[in-house]
Amino acid sequence: MIAIIKYNAGNIRSVQNALQRLGCTAVITDDHEEILNAGKVIFPGVGEAASAMKYLREKNLDTLIISLKQPVLGICLGLQLMCRHSEEGDTTCLGIFPSDVRLFPPADKVPHMGWNNLITVKGPLLNGISPDENLYFVHSYYAETGPCTTAVCEYIVPFSAAMQKDNFYATQFHPEKSAGPGEKILKNFIEL
Amino acid sequence: MLKKRIIPCLDIRDGRTVKGVNFVNIRDAGDPVELAAAYAEQGADELVFLDITATIENRKTLANLVERIAAKINIPFTVGGGINTIDDVSVMLKAGADKITINSAAVRNPHLITDIAREFGSQCVVTAIDTKFRGNGWFVHIDGGRTPTELDTLVWAKRAEELGAGEILLTSMNNDGTREGFALSITRETASKLNIPVIASGGAGKMEHFSELFSGTGCSAALAASIFHYGDIKISQLKEYLYNEGVPVRI
Repeated sequence: MIAIIKYNAGNIRSVQNALQRLGCTAVITDDHEEILNAGKVIFPGVGEAASAMKYLREKNLDTLIISLKQPVLGICLGLQLMCRHSEEGDTTCLGIFPSDVRLFPPADKVPHMGWNNLITVKGPLLNGISPDENLYFVHSYYAETGPCTTAVCEYIVPFSAAMQKDNFYATQFHPEKSAGPGEKILKNFIEL
Repeated sequence: MLKKRIIPCLDIRDGRTVKGVNFVNIRDAGDPVELAAAYAEQGADELVFLDITATIENRKTLANLVERIAAKINIPFTVGGGINTIDDVSVMLKAGADKITINSAAVRNPHLITDIAREFGSQCVVTAIDTKFRGNGWFVHIDGGRTPTELDTLVWAKRAEELGAGEILLTSMNNDGTREGFALSITRETASKLNIPVIASGGAGKMEHFSELFSGTGCSAALAASIFHYGDIKISQLKEYLYNEGVPVRI
């Protein structure tokens, strides 16, 4: 059973739909017991960092998430909230990855919206993904590259497209909206 | 590198696609879900569904359709047509749409853009602009193009961006349906003036129209309906052509 963490961020249903297409059952929940007992946890999200962190703190989900021992996958805002700090709303985040989150400089269209390829790719989550495959991104803020970066994407600046530390995995792109390559990544996560 | 997007648009009435469709291997050409799946399979980068009747009675039918699409489709999709309130948006997003598009309602009540962006994020607010060249400039038209306004297209597009729109879907009424190519000048002006992505629409008739659009305007995506529906151009074929022309596309 996979638990999808329910909080005040959109895009949660589409993660559940994508898992269902792969024959996997997932529950959307903010119940601590249910999350702790799940085989795997997905921390999705489209939204605003400060209000999302506020909600997580109110529900004590912040301390719960960092204490998890099973594989956890953060998606989009999920990845950013797993970093140290976000410029969006000057927000202190969960601090799992030692990277900071910044607003794209206005040298090109912001948000970075659409399909882009990964430059470097490593780690089990991205197994089988080649650098010429494209993933779907929608974001105005990006996580800097750092020791936990497992894939780099380039848009205005090079940034972390995927990250990993121990049991914590994360993608800036939306695997649930990224056609075949996205399904491969979700399947890799299911099989971790 | 960020790729230029190709977006087929499906017109919906009573939960079915409206235009005739010339696809092979589809049992029911009127079923938007099957069509959407076929487009996704061919390499469409996103999909847009426009409810052309958009009455209150149709809301439920549309929401049910959006749920069926969301369960089946693994690429992003946008839903529009008659979205007037935050509640309308909420219903569509909860049913599984990734973005919504608003047009007349945003002109009548510009702060709707801000309200939606605050509640659900800018990334899900596509502001659609129907524009027509009249005498000395490009003016915004509303109500499906029936009502002209004195609103200048560039002024309105910039305002929509400032209010929180995540993208602009710009349709040239002069070009729409002509199959003689996109409106390059107004698309170029809009894309260069804005910091958010612009989707060009109206006038696609052959593959060359897409390459001249992408090489000459700075727009981020192209939307088309009939050339894809009637099977004149297959999306996979178009993308291969664009790739060979040096346009960055996902193939």
